[in-house]
Amino acid sequence: MATLTVEGVRKEFGATKVLHGIDLAVAEGEMIVIVGASGCGKSTLLRIVAGLETATAGRIVIGGADVTRREPKDRDIAMVFQNYALYPHMSVFDNMAYGLKIRGLPKAEITVRVQQAADLLGLGALLARRPRQLSGGQRQRVAMGRAIVREPKLFLFDEPLSNLDAKLRVAMRAEIKRLQRRLGVTSLYVTHDQVEAMTLGDRLVVMHEGRAEQVASPMEVWSRPANTFVAGFIGAPAMNFLAATLAPGGELASLKAGGSIAFIDGRRPLPDGTALILGIRPEHVTVGGEAALPLKVDLVEPLGAESLVHGALPSGEELTVRLSGTSPFPGTILPVTIPPMLLHVFEAGTGRRVDGLYEGRRAAQPASVAKAAADR
Amino acid sequence: MMRAPAALDTPAPVPEAAAEPRRLLPQGTIVHAFLILGVLVFALPIYITLIGSTHDASTIGRGEVPLLPGAHMLDNYASAWSEGGGGARTGFRVPVETMLFNSLAMAVLIAVGKIAISLTSAYAVVFFAFPGRMLFFWLIFITLMLPVEVRIMPTFAVMVNLGMVNTFGGLVIPLIASATATLLFRQFFLTIPDELVEAAKMDGAGPLRFFKDVVVPLSMTNVAALFVILFIYGYNQYLWPLLMVSDRSLETIVVGITKMIGSGDAQSPWHVIMATTVMALIPPVAVVILMQRWFVKGLVESEK
Repeated sequence: MATLTVEGVRKEFGATKVLHGIDLAVAEGEMIVIVGASGCGKSTLLRIVAGLETATAGRIVIGGADVTRREPKDRDIAMVFQNYALYPHMSVFDNMAYGLKIRGLPKAEITVRVQQAADLLGLGALLARRPRQLSGGQRQRVAMGRAIVREPKLFLFDEPLSNLDAKLRVAMRAEIKRLQRRLGVTSLYVTHDQVEAMTLGDRLVVMHEGRAEQVASPMEVWSRPANTFVAGFIGAPAMNFLAATLAPGGELASLKAGGSIAFIDGRRPLPDGTALILGIRPEHVTVGGEAALPLKVDLVEPLGAESLVHGALPSGEELTVRLSGTSPFPGTILPVTIPPMLLHVFEAGTGRRVDGLYEGRRAAQPASVAKAAADR
Repeated sequence: MMRAPAALDTPAPVPEAAAEPRRLLPQGTIVHAFLILGVLVFALPIYITLIGSTHDASTIGRGEVPLLPGAHMLDNYASAWSEGGGGARTGFRVPVETMLFNSLAMAVLIAVGKIAISLTSAYAVVFFAFPGRMLFFWLIFITLMLPVEVRIMPTFAVMVNLGMVNTFGGLVIPLIASATATLLFRQFFLTIPDELVEAAKMDGAGPLRFFKDVVVPLSMTNVAALFVILFIYGYNQYLWPLLMVSDRSLETIVVGITKMIGSGDAQSPWHVIMATTVMALIPPVAVVILMQRWFVKGLVESEK
């Protein structure tokens, strides 16, 4: 168990810049999930922490020791790979014991440690089998067992659940979470799946094009996204964005689609007439109301308990509404209202979140989040 | 095999079960007739050799081709084993004992040497980034186009300069370098996923450790298949041993058999030659039979 600090890590492959300076501080026993679309550099960051890739610039510090120049084996870390990477010719026992054997541990201790890990993961009866004879979930468990027996300072997970079917993924997700809690090992977990990210992480790192867009707790990322990218990435279906301008005084925004919305969480400290982007999640849009906007419905996707209604506002902007109960027919006009309480305000030019002056003062951060040096 | 043509002949909607019994019999018979014919064509010379080795010198000497076993089997084999035969041309007789040992040793050393060299060179080419990596790979690859016969004179000259003519080393070493096996192992190594390499790195395995604990065990079926092929390649070498070795104590059996056949007026001791041939057949056949299971597995299966 240890802390992990990533300082100004940059990575370039020739002329291609993959990471543009990542800073991250992971507290002891914390589980950090790095989430982002494919190609955003999240795996590269993990591999740099692992030592499988060298950073162009920056430092990696694990448990107070600078490991930037150290080989993977000297970093005291363990990694779980997406395709498990089990040795196909070794039994489950040997797969788990291999790292310990190389480290020259006495046989008796290896047996004890492997046995303990196997019991913890419910692999006790499978120790003599080859990976080929195991199911996907069992292989995944062996891969985790191999990491656990090493008793490393840091666990690294590289999309470990991607190769499993949906049902198993949910089960394994819970299992990983429980296991990580129980062992209390500092962990870094890479995934492209936002549900995995939300459920597993103590904190999330939302990455986009080689930058950490936001580092915060899952609920914080969901309820106060730092910019339009994070707002659009986290949450399904994605947040709606509407163009608007800031009215004089900063107390309300005039929508391009017509009408205006008063900010009830305080005035925005920006010049008059600043172009804004207002974000509203589909589940927060309400139907009816006094100053409702007319939404021309063009598609309805029934999901069972709810339906997704897609349509266009008079300005031509698209809006998705998540409705429970009856849903309108395509072609009809649905009056929709945007509740000011649940509005997200972003500056159009930079995409940055702009909090109301009251909101900004009110937003006291939880203790674990305060430790994050990199929180923007 | 038998079902497919029957199904093709009949139009699709006709129930197969009804059409099959009538058609299967004549077609199956024809197929079998061809197969039996094929077996006969392959087996007959071996049978004649086998029968020939049980008769005395005069029977075959008269020009007869006996098809039933004679009574001199033990004598023929015993004399071939300990004395050899022929040698009318050279005045020497080399016992099968010696030749068989030489051939076996040469074939095993060539096969083992080729596999060892190819494994390590393919390992270097696939898993290590060093300057000129592809250049070295292509250099190895290009030698594929130069069979032993083409480079035999320069190779011989090198061996003479090194003073390795008439030595066992001279017989074996020039035949060990192998582009084919290197290429095969390279292709196999490329199928080993990067994650496995990385997992080994995380486990703390160095390059040699990874080679010994992961790469070699995973290659075992390929090694077995290659061993069979390369053993037979080494065993069947004719031109190189003929050129390289004049010391009769280093004679290999393939060369030895041809030297037993007399030229001109000399009478060839066919009964001994046949017995020698039969004994020469044993090692390759044994290797194929013993390693058959692995051999097929290695050719067919790419275990992952």
